[in-house]
Amino acid sequence: MSQSVTPRVETTAFQREVRLRVTGLEVRMGRSGPDVVRDVSFAVPAGEVLGLVGESGSGKTTVALALLGHTRRGLRIAAGQVLLDGIDLLALGQRDLRAARGARVSYVAQDPSSALNPTLRVGTQIREVLRAHAGVVDDAGRAGDRVAEVMREAYLDPTPEMLRRYPHQLSGGQQQRIALAMAFACRPSLIVLDEPTTGLDVSTQRRVLDTVRSLCDSYGVAAVYVSHDLAVVSGLVSGVAVMYAGRIVEIGSTARLFGEPVHPYTRGLIGAVPSPDRAEVLTSIDGQQPRPGRRGAGCSFAARCSYAIGDCTTKAPEPVTVAGRSVRCLRAYDIQVLQPKPLPVAPGPPAVGSTSTLSARGVVARYGSTPVLSGIDLEVPPRACVAVVGESGSGKTTLARCVAGLHSNWTGEISFQGAPLARGARQRDKDVLRRVQYIFQNPYTSLNPRKTVGQIIEEQLKQVTGLSRRERSAQVGAVLEDVSLGPDLLYNYPDQLSGGERQRVAIARALVVQPDLLICDEVTSSLDVSVQAVIVELLRRIQRERHLAMIFITHNLALVRSIAQSAVVLRQGAVAESGPVEQILEHPADPYTQRLMEDMPKLEQSQNNAPPSPRPA
Amino acid sequence: MAVSTPAGPAAQPGQTQPRQVQQIRRHQWGSVLWSAARTPRGAIGLGLASFVVLVAVIGPFVAPDSPNALVTLAFGKPSGQFLLGGDEYGRDVLSRVLNGGWVLLIMAVGATALGIAGGAAAGVSAAYLRGVSDGIIMRTVDVILSFPQLVFALLLLSLLGPKLWLITITVGVSHAPQVARVLRSATLDVSERDFVKAAELQGMRPAKVMWKEILPNLISPLMVEAGLRLTYSIVIMAGLAFLGFGQPPPAASWGTMINENREGLSLNPWAVVVPALLIALLTIGTNTFTDAFARVAIGVDRRPEEAALIDDLGQESA
Amino acid sequence: MAVAAAPVRSAPSPRAHPIARLVRRRLAIGVITLFLVSVVVFLATEVLPGNAAYAILGRNATPARVRALEISLHLNRGVFDQYWVWISGVFRGHLGQSLVNGLPVWGYVEPKIINSAVLVFVTGAIGALVGVTLGATAALRRDSWFDHVTSVVVLAVTSLPEFVVAIALIILLSTNVWHVLPAVSLLAPGTYAWSQPELLVLPVATLVIVIVPYIFRMMRAAMVEALESDYVEQARLNGVPEWRIVLTQALPNAIAPTIQVIGLNFLYLAGGVVIVEYVFNFPGIGQALVYAVDDRDVPVIQFIVLVLAAFYVVVNIVTDVIALLATPRRRIAR
Repeated sequence: MSQSVTPRVETTAFQREVRLRVTGLEVRMGRSGPDVVRDVSFAVPAGEVLGLVGESGSGKTTVALALLGHTRRGLRIAAGQVLLDGIDLLALGQRDLRAARGARVSYVAQDPSSALNPTLRVGTQIREVLRAHAGVVDDAGRAGDRVAEVMREAYLDPTPEMLRRYPHQLSGGQQQRIALAMAFACRPSLIVLDEPTTGLDVSTQRRVLDTVRSLCDSYGVAAVYVSHDLAVVSGLVSGVAVMYAGRIVEIGSTARLFGEPVHPYTRGLIGAVPSPDRAEVLTSIDGQQPRPGRRGAGCSFAARCSYAIGDCTTKAPEPVTVAGRSVRCLRAYDIQVLQPKPLPVAPGPPAVGSTSTLSARGVVARYGSTPVLSGIDLEVPPRACVAVVGESGSGKTTLARCVAGLHSNWTGEISFQGAPLARGARQRDKDVLRRVQYIFQNPYTSLNPRKTVGQIIEEQLKQVTGLSRRERSAQVGAVLEDVSLGPDLLYNYPDQLSGGERQRVAIARALVVQPDLLICDEVTSSLDVSVQAVIVELLRRIQRERHLAMIFITHNLALVRSIAQSAVVLRQGAVAESGPVEQILEHPADPYTQRLMEDMPKLEQSQNNAPPSPRPA
Repeated sequence: MAVSTPAGPAAQPGQTQPRQVQQIRRHQWGSVLWSAARTPRGAIGLGLASFVVLVAVIGPFVAPDSPNALVTLAFGKPSGQFLLGGDEYGRDVLSRVLNGGWVLLIMAVGATALGIAGGAAAGVSAAYLRGVSDGIIMRTVDVILSFPQLVFALLLLSLLGPKLWLITITVGVSHAPQVARVLRSATLDVSERDFVKAAELQGMRPAKVMWKEILPNLISPLMVEAGLRLTYSIVIMAGLAFLGFGQPPPAASWGTMINENREGLSLNPWAVVVPALLIALLTIGTNTFTDAFARVAIGVDRRPEEAALIDDLGQESA
Repeated sequence: MAVAAAPVRSAPSPRAHPIARLVRRRLAIGVITLFLVSVVVFLATEVLPGNAAYAILGRNATPARVRALEISLHLNRGVFDQYWVWISGVFRGHLGQSLVNGLPVWGYVEPKIINSAVLVFVTGAIGALVGVTLGATAALRRDSWFDHVTSVVVLAVTSLPEFVVAIALIILLSTNVWHVLPAVSLLAPGTYAWSQPELLVLPVATLVIVIVPYIFRMMRAAMVEALESDYVEQARLNGVPEWRIVLTQALPNAIAPTIQVIGLNFLYLAGGVVIVEYVFNFPGIGQALVYAVDDRDVPVIQFIVLVLAAFYVVVNIVTDVIALLATPRRRIAR
């Protein structure tokens, strides 16, 4: 059963005929292995962008590659049709498929620095694509014109000097725009973009998205935009398909889906995205997406679903049409009427005492001889959470490391509970080290793979306290419970845990020694959206219960609202603005902060008033 | 509505499997060795090497004749009594073969142990302590490495005499730089990871950090290097014996036997073939097993279908 | 903010060209290495137990003759003086005479250097060609029977000592199975190897067999990595034909690490020729070294070791330069 996407209300010069129609796409592992994606169907009209949203493990990249008839090693396309302008790409022979790739359908990968060949100049690489499709441009002269044309459309200057550059000589944003130019070089009918703005800073991201939208509009190109970032997607696409465990669980227009999500997973995902306008409790979906082969007979989401009934684990739901979109849920009709409302966060406890837990004055930090921070002031009142916000290169992580003692090349003054801190961790007293705890960004490298969870958490307890083994075990068990991990994980090794669980172990390791200050360095950036919410909620609860002061480093302004009371915005090593969170987000004074707020993608949750008639499938 | 389900999939009904509680220490080198031995290459390698080791160790006790007794014709053909015939002086080849391996093995193991210990200490310290020590150690390594091992060994031995302990030390020292280089680069990799920094933040002293946090993560490259170095030790020492720098005559040693009996190749090839074959099987065995171990340790033996699902974060995704 | 939008410098970097920098640094290390090697060689040969003059004169040693020989060999001076005499002699071309046959060292060693050079370069060229071709083919036909068979054979061969390979070839082609090639060279000393090319076959074959596995492995691994890379996947998704991908996208990236391995193998050959020349009685410097060491022919030992060390240094530099040329990322600054 193929579903379609409701079109935008505005009309353009192009007819809104359906460019891409996918029916029943199925990809399996190996000869007779389990399915990775199954029963995937959607349609995209000319000039429109469809967002394919999901977390890691959902199968969205597999679907994206399958649209070009390609799979990664070990996978094969088992069934389905990909009709592009009426021709089934999956039924084409090798030669015809190769002719179609790059010319009628093209792909933009997530990481441009590895998608571009490091030993070829960028001009050559664009020309390679043109050369592979004879007939697109007739001779070398016209090829040169096309290259220049397509680079200009991607907001790049087609000078000979630029064309002669190697990829490593370009910035991330420029690399991605070269990739876009390559994708549009042969004027395809369909473009598939796989998270192309990951790793780019906010303004560059905005520019890339604008480029995509204008190119699609001008040439009537259909596009599929794969992403895990709901906010980015909501500003760009007209329709959204949400994937979970290899299936599309909900598909409909952007306004409908984000305004009134029906499927429990969609609701969970949207609830997990923080809003810059309100301090909300974020929806956490605990557990993990089941991998291929472990998906069972019924609905794959049932184990994590709060609406689940008995039937959900035995019967696989088929898509039904509810409220103008297609949903794969047995209880779609019932659920639809119960719209969840996000809960506001209760205001935090008032600050106690007059001495700030942490006070930094005029901190100047360097890497070698390069200055990274130039005169930072920071105050963290007791029991308060201060967010430090900035983009990559702003110095926020360096500041955190200076405070923690991981980076010792700094001058200035940093005092903890009234007493000045030594530069590096080696010079600090063990008791001071105990009271200031640091949580790293990447949970995959912050735990020793050769130690069990129990050993990891216990290590500092052993060094700092004189407790006996039994007492230590008790403490470890208690703190594990506090972070909602069962005691059965004590003997597991980190690689048996999911990302969210690993990060919770890292938090437990920090908490077990009863610190006074917690430094969280981008602790959610390496995790999926739904897991981020779990960690943020956990941190908020822990901070309140244990009366901790906290420094929360992030690049996500919206997240700041849900966890911090005051915020400091950093720009290229200096403080751009600081103050209470509401003031920074609602009435930013500094132009840099203002631009950040403007360029930041926001989840548009506007309701659509007039229900347009659904397109026939 | 904010939903927060209780942790632990074991608490919920449904498809996710209950977690295995494993009390056994996984990933210690013992279990990786065992997995390596179960792959085809590993089994073959282990089998070959064990066979030759057995011959070398048990050999002296089961040899029919004394290895130095003149019992048959020079280069005599194999017969019922002398299964492998006679060597250049008419000694029983079989007995000499059975006696000719154990010294080589002991020396090779000794040189390997020396090279690994020295090289590891140098490489790990250089990488972790950085700065001046790193510079000094690595420049020394560069200079030593920029010279052919064999020529260096020959030089020393020619002048100080082919004493066995000297040969062992020389070969061991010539291994150390390569081991130092490999372990230094592995340590650099590990010491940048956050869990080492977490240990530093707990106030751990450098020596303890190196021993408890870094070293357990170096087991794989260390064992691979040990395997490679063992193979090369055997190769070099057999080569030195071949050139005349081994046990002095009339001792039976596989390398020396190959050289001694070269002239009689057309008369009795077994005097050359059998020791050569034994050396070959031993080195093929150790090298193959090391290769199998390296593959298991890096996870190369994963099935392609599974490998397809690994994304950049190292997580499995589709 | 805005790191990504920072303007990229269009003018070339003000620092010196990376290749020049590399050559300078390598030359410096090379000179130091040569110096150290010369010191080690000198000290090693001069701390012979017993007196060199006695050893040379043997039973004809009377105190007067010993003293005369000592003076002519400069053995009466202090250690530093002796070293200086020797090393300045090297630079001026006065290398002394062989203690064994009395010939001037250079005249004695020069044809042997040429012979070994022929051996090394012929082997290197053939080995590189064979290794690269086989490795690339195995990578392109990954997991096929060809790949499996060659990988297993290569693994076995690479474990074997050179002399075992040499003996095996002799048994196969010379003495026991077939009798097509001579087992030992009977060249008169002083002649060049190419005058009787069939004498080159077995030594070259042995060394080629020994070095091909390393080149094969690196080429295969580098090609596989290139073929599995994101940029090759992107090229496939752009519809570029496979043969073009292999030639223009994968090969250039696989070549750089392979060149370093080829260079390493040239280095290895400097030592590897010793055993092979000994087995086949090939008149090269490896054989000369073994005999000189046996006879304690000090001037010859010293000179040959210096030659080998110089060869090492030069090969190291050339290899690094070529590898740098093949890697734009390292030679062109941002």
